[in-house]
Amino acid sequence: MSTTTAAPVAAARAGRLRTGLRSLLDAAVTPLSVDDLLDHFAPLRPGAAVGLQGRIVSVESETEDAATIVVKPGRDWDGHIPGQYVRVGVDVDGVRLWRTYSLTHGPRRDGHISITVKAIPGGAVSQHLVRTARPGQMLQLAQAEGDFVLTPPRPGHRQKLLLVTAGSGITPVIGMLRNLYSRNESEAKAAYDIVLVHSAMKRDEVIFGNELRAHADAGRLRLIERHTDTDGLLTTDDLENEVPDLAERTAYACGPAGLLDTLEAYYGERRLTLHTERFRPTVVDVDAAGGTLTFAGSSAASVDTDGSVPILDAAESAGVLMPSGCRMGICMGCVLPMRSGAVRDLRNGELTVAVPGETHPDGVKIQTCISAAAGDCTFDH
Amino acid sequence: MTTITNKAQNPTAHLSPEDIEALGAELDAIRQEIIDARGEKDAAYIRKVVDVQRKLELASRATLLVSVFPPAWVAGTVGLSVAKILENMEIGHNVMHGQWDWMRDPKIHSTTWEWDNASTADGWKHSHNEVHHTYTNIVGKDNDLGYGIMRVDEEQRWYPMYLAQPLWNFLNACFFEYGIAAYDLELGKNLSKPKDKRPESFKKAAKATLRKIRKQATKDYVVNPVLAAPTGSFLPALAANFTANLVRNLWSHSVIMCGHFPEGVETFELNSIPEKETRGEWYLRQMLGSANISGSKLMHIMTGNLSHQIEHHLFPDLPSSRYAEAAPKVRAVFDKYGLNYHSAPLPQQVGSAWHRVVRLSFPNGWLATTSAKNLPSQLKLLYAMTTADKRKRRVMQRLLESAASKKEQTLAA
Repeated sequence: MSTTTAAPVAAARAGRLRTGLRSLLDAAVTPLSVDDLLDHFAPLRPGAAVGLQGRIVSVESETEDAATIVVKPGRDWDGHIPGQYVRVGVDVDGVRLWRTYSLTHGPRRDGHISITVKAIPGGAVSQHLVRTARPGQMLQLAQAEGDFVLTPPRPGHRQKLLLVTAGSGITPVIGMLRNLYSRNESEAKAAYDIVLVHSAMKRDEVIFGNELRAHADAGRLRLIERHTDTDGLLTTDDLENEVPDLAERTAYACGPAGLLDTLEAYYGERRLTLHTERFRPTVVDVDAAGGTLTFAGSSAASVDTDGSVPILDAAESAGVLMPSGCRMGICMGCVLPMRSGAVRDLRNGELTVAVPGETHPDGVKIQTCISAAAGDCTFDH
Repeated sequence: MTTITNKAQNPTAHLSPEDIEALGAELDAIRQEIIDARGEKDAAYIRKVVDVQRKLELASRATLLVSVFPPAWVAGTVGLSVAKILENMEIGHNVMHGQWDWMRDPKIHSTTWEWDNASTADGWKHSHNEVHHTYTNIVGKDNDLGYGIMRVDEEQRWYPMYLAQPLWNFLNACFFEYGIAAYDLELGKNLSKPKDKRPESFKKAAKATLRKIRKQATKDYVVNPVLAAPTGSFLPALAANFTANLVRNLWSHSVIMCGHFPEGVETFELNSIPEKETRGEWYLRQMLGSANISGSKLMHIMTGNLSHQIEHHLFPDLPSSRYAEAAPKVRAVFDKYGLNYHSAPLPQQVGSAWHRVVRLSFPNGWLATTSAKNLPSQLKLLYAMTTADKRKRRVMQRLLESAASKKEQTLAA
């Protein structure tokens, strides 16, 4: 009896002691905290002040312009389900840019996670990750998100799946496949009957091409490979021809917006279920001059403005109470986080863009006194 | 010195409005070059400085745990002084200017940074970034000129109390962080108002500043000494923290004095500034109102690159790591437009700034007309001026000024 009551008391005392010691040490290093200092020695520990980070373990080339980045995540990583994606903050030329990538492994025994990135022409982050990222570099991470995941089949029932992917749309699916077949192969074969239709420009541009073909050769799935260079774009007629039992299959699709739009229309007409994953949920129009400013916080206002007036002036003339300072771009007294949209620096025309899900979750901080709207913008204010 | 519009020879008289705008365009081009060039190297630099500063501070504080041993006291105190200087100058001041906001790193950002100083980040950003950098060297508008307690310009009327200003200046230097905190709060102005007339914003800011001062003082003068107490190092650690704060205060005060106070740096009359000052005109005022300190790379880092005060005032939001390379280009613009690029080594600038503080503590012309020979009579005159009523003092002042200008003329001849 005595041990059962003594243990919680001792634990509570230890807890109090730890909190007391922690606040004493915090008081010794104010205005910093002990966590701020520990970050300089162990950034991956639980409770890091910089937030969740990961260290690049390796960069493995997949095709000429795609690579898999294996990352050791911080101890606060909650894990993921294959098919989910992760938001990654990457310092490119010193600037932290956020992008979303599918996780391309199931949970691994070494605890590492991986993303596979295709270098898009002109893509700042993808080019950086494929060409210049090196082991040892740190990445900022958010927790895994997304519901593009397989539902486990009913016991004793073999689930029929149709997976339609194009280009780098294969990335969430490879995570699912690796997870299924790295554990208990015969069990996985018994649980799922998989058809994978994958479309890419040409044969040697198929990311994970060899791995997919190996899966097919081992009888784990039926692979239908389409190369748009020779076969043209994938159409719903092709799908119907190649997959006669399409209606019986639970469908998952991931790829460019055009393909997903077509598939959604097709499945919608037939009242069939389709799970999709879109990589670019919002497209920001960066050519616009002016737009509607939405203040989504306590200010709750929206203001129409043109491309020549600073956001600060436009908002103030519409009666929004704005933080402000020097009004010439030097004091940072007017900075507000932009959740989405694009603004142009009136001094040099430089564009700053915030895309939800791509840029930092709290938005991109911009100086309202020297920025004009280059499209519709939403601010936290 | 005298505001430029009241000078016999206005140093900008030879510039047409078109020249001033052209000069502005050239400086804008230099600014753009820096923006285009900044990148990974700069980000790595500031992260490195932050990393070194924090490790140095940690190691110094650890050393001070045994500061009862004199070598540990010396090493710990030197280390802590350097760490505090780096934190305030190269890191805090510059981060709060938004020089590193372009990295979009929420940990090194003007909106989130708090520094190791009695003044709060919010208070500092208002009084420094907004008021001082916008209204640089405009007498009556830029409170950095004398911090409201000193006579820094001939055109300010002389009162006997200014005789003590070298002493004020020295005390302000020793306790500079508290001076800044009081100055950010506009303490003098606000305390002179009746309690119920003081603005709400002042009460809020004053509360935040007191909280900050309490936390800062608790850290330096209670917690760290208590942690050192088990080795019998309570008092040595306390003394070390006090010394490090003193060193940091004296150093930052000296550097800041060098930025705008040396003889030859220009000041401006409020009513000479156009209602809508153009970018070129603003640039020109920054050029004439700032002075550089020449020296080694280490000296530049320890001053937080405020040794490149001119470049800093032209481009306050660009990374300090780029001022050194901008300097020759900026200097070429000065030369091209016939302006004086004010730069000298640290001892010279500190001496010059102090000379001005001392000179202006006396009535105009007094120091210039004083020599070893006439010292007794000059002292008598000073005593008379100090004790005279307003009207008599004004007459004596006029006599003194004409004597000074006569002496200047004979010297010139």
